[in-house]
Amino acid sequence: MRGSLLLHWTPGILRTQAFRIVLIYVFVFAVSATTLVGFTYWYTERSLNAQTDQIIEAEITGLAEQYQRLGLRGLADVVVSRSIHGGQGLYLLADNLGRPLAGNLDEWPRSVTLAGVFTEFQYDRRVQSQLVPRRARGKAFLLVGGFELLVARDVDERDLTRKLFTTTLPWSVGLMLIFGLIGGALMSRKVLARLDSINRTSTEIVAGDFSRRVPLSDAHDEFDALAENLNRMFERIERLMKGMREVADSVAHDLRTPLNRLRNRLEEAQRRLDPQSPHAADIEAAIAETDGLIATFNALLLIAEADSGMARGALTQLDLSAVVADVAELYAPLAEEKNIALTVMPAGVLTIEGNRSLISQALANLIDNAIKYTPAEGRVTIFAAETPSGVDLTVADSGPGIPLADRARVVERFVRLEESRNSPGTGLGLSLVAAVARLHQARLTLDDNNPGLKATISFPRKPLRPQKGANRE
Amino acid sequence: MRILVVEDDLEAQRYLVNGLKEAGHVVDDAADGETGLTLALSRPYDVAIVDRTLPKMDGLNIVAEMREHGNTMPILFLSALSEVDDRVKGLKAGGDDYLTKPYAFVELLARIDALMRRRSPSSVKTKLLVGDLELDLLTRIATRAGQTIDLQPREFRLLEYLMRHAGQVVTRTMLLESVWEYHFDPQTNVIDVHISRLRAKIDKSFDAALLHTVRGAGYMIRAR
Repeated sequence: MRGSLLLHWTPGILRTQAFRIVLIYVFVFAVSATTLVGFTYWYTERSLNAQTDQIIEAEITGLAEQYQRLGLRGLADVVVSRSIHGGQGLYLLADNLGRPLAGNLDEWPRSVTLAGVFTEFQYDRRVQSQLVPRRARGKAFLLVGGFELLVARDVDERDLTRKLFTTTLPWSVGLMLIFGLIGGALMSRKVLARLDSINRTSTEIVAGDFSRRVPLSDAHDEFDALAENLNRMFERIERLMKGMREVADSVAHDLRTPLNRLRNRLEEAQRRLDPQSPHAADIEAAIAETDGLIATFNALLLIAEADSGMARGALTQLDLSAVVADVAELYAPLAEEKNIALTVMPAGVLTIEGNRSLISQALANLIDNAIKYTPAEGRVTIFAAETPSGVDLTVADSGPGIPLADRARVVERFVRLEESRNSPGTGLGLSLVAAVARLHQARLTLDDNNPGLKATISFPRKPLRPQKGANRE
Repeated sequence: MRILVVEDDLEAQRYLVNGLKEAGHVVDDAADGETGLTLALSRPYDVAIVDRTLPKMDGLNIVAEMREHGNTMPILFLSALSEVDDRVKGLKAGGDDYLTKPYAFVELLARIDALMRRRSPSSVKTKLLVGDLELDLLTRIATRAGQTIDLQPREFRLLEYLMRHAGQVVTRTMLLESVWEYHFDPQTNVIDVHISRLRAKIDKSFDAALLHTVRGAGYMIRAR
């Protein structure tokens, strides 16, 4: 059970809504987290640069003042003293050919021009008699007298942080995705299990076991709320079905008894009456009327019985081809009398799960209709055949057919089309066929046979059946 | 013939008893299950007509009890319960036939007639004879006045049923139930067409007709 459940959800999980939601969520989260971190980084770097630039500007202002006040010598002294002071500051005073005069940079960096804009450049710093390349950011300008001054600050630490950041970011995003997916899978599995139990219960109820209920968990979450609502609904359905059955039963009994007495009395009157009496025909007509009433009543009860799903217990394995052969044989002479060619297309053994009596009756109704409405010299063809989804049973005739607009209506109870209003029948024939189809979870379709009607009952390959006690978790 | 009627609807019971008496039977009646069972076990009836829903004891239980006591009296259930399952339940409990209310009296008479006749030890016959019509159940050949009649398998079964009940009225429903094993009412009278075909085969080229239509009831095969 465990193993099969695992197999069941592993490939299936990718198709579930829950997992898709988690996937989208993880993606959106990863994108927004990356954007947030990226923005923070970008903003921090910008402010750091601005800060650096501000310090440099201040220094330049200071140095320019020194130069104005003390001349080149004074400026050189300040540059030397600041250079020795160390820290992050870098200075270089050079002559008009770029030769260093004072400062802690050995040579004028190539990329730095005198345009008066901030530039970043590489320089070598001596660390314990070794030259280490480092980055700096600074600004250079021309002094009155042709001298050049560069003021910069070391920004290597900032770059180190940036490098650290760019290497770890993909990893964190990757980890975020992996954890998100694992979490999502676990979550969807949990959601799936809950949905699965709801689904299973509904299927069993559809299959006719009205006593099933969705199991509740101890979580009291929204799934439990859903389950409780569904259970209330199922309870109501069960109550309604039971009520309908009780009504059908009592109507059956309470109407049968007076109908029985009515028929009895009419028959008694008929027996006592002289056959030559002028009332004999009236009584005979009254008996025929009563019999029509009884036939309608019986058909209605049978439809109710089929629809209540209670006759489902009587489903057995049967060969549809044999059922077709038997019913066709019953109607063959009738067709022959009307010069209608009644043909049964041969088919092998077609095993379905069904109620022989009800399927026979449904088929009899279809064939009876076909023969009734097909003009002499016409054709009625019956075939049963395997289809990808199950077994199809078709009765096709060459009669007038049913207009497209009326096809859905004729399966409703008591609906009779204008043309057939005067022929005998209860108007329940096709309703019964439809009810029998529903009982077998089959579908009744009415198509054009060009010309004529083509009625098909499509039986499913494996009908849903209530499984008592199975698959309960 | 002695008949027991167990029926709690007094109006229906009165009608049933009168009808059966008019048809020449001796009838006892009971209006509840217990009385019905006591009568059935204490007197030899040729057939019992039992309702399903009865006060004190259900019809199914009466029959089950009777069968338990070794009583083989033919029993016909007469019930307002008409579902597919109900008939099966009735026959499983030990009933011999099942008729749903409302019913036609001729149908009931024909059925009890058939039930009573079944008791007489005649079922081991291998040949059925009606006048000069002969049906060999072993070779499955029908002959009339020495001429072989070609019959389809279903026609053979139809003729066999009629001949087993020679001299009795056989209704369309009885034929549909025993020859085709269908318990529904085909809207068109398909049975009539089958009978007329059979009649064409066994009666047409002969002087005396054997297969007769009984108006308002059904058919009967007899030699006269």
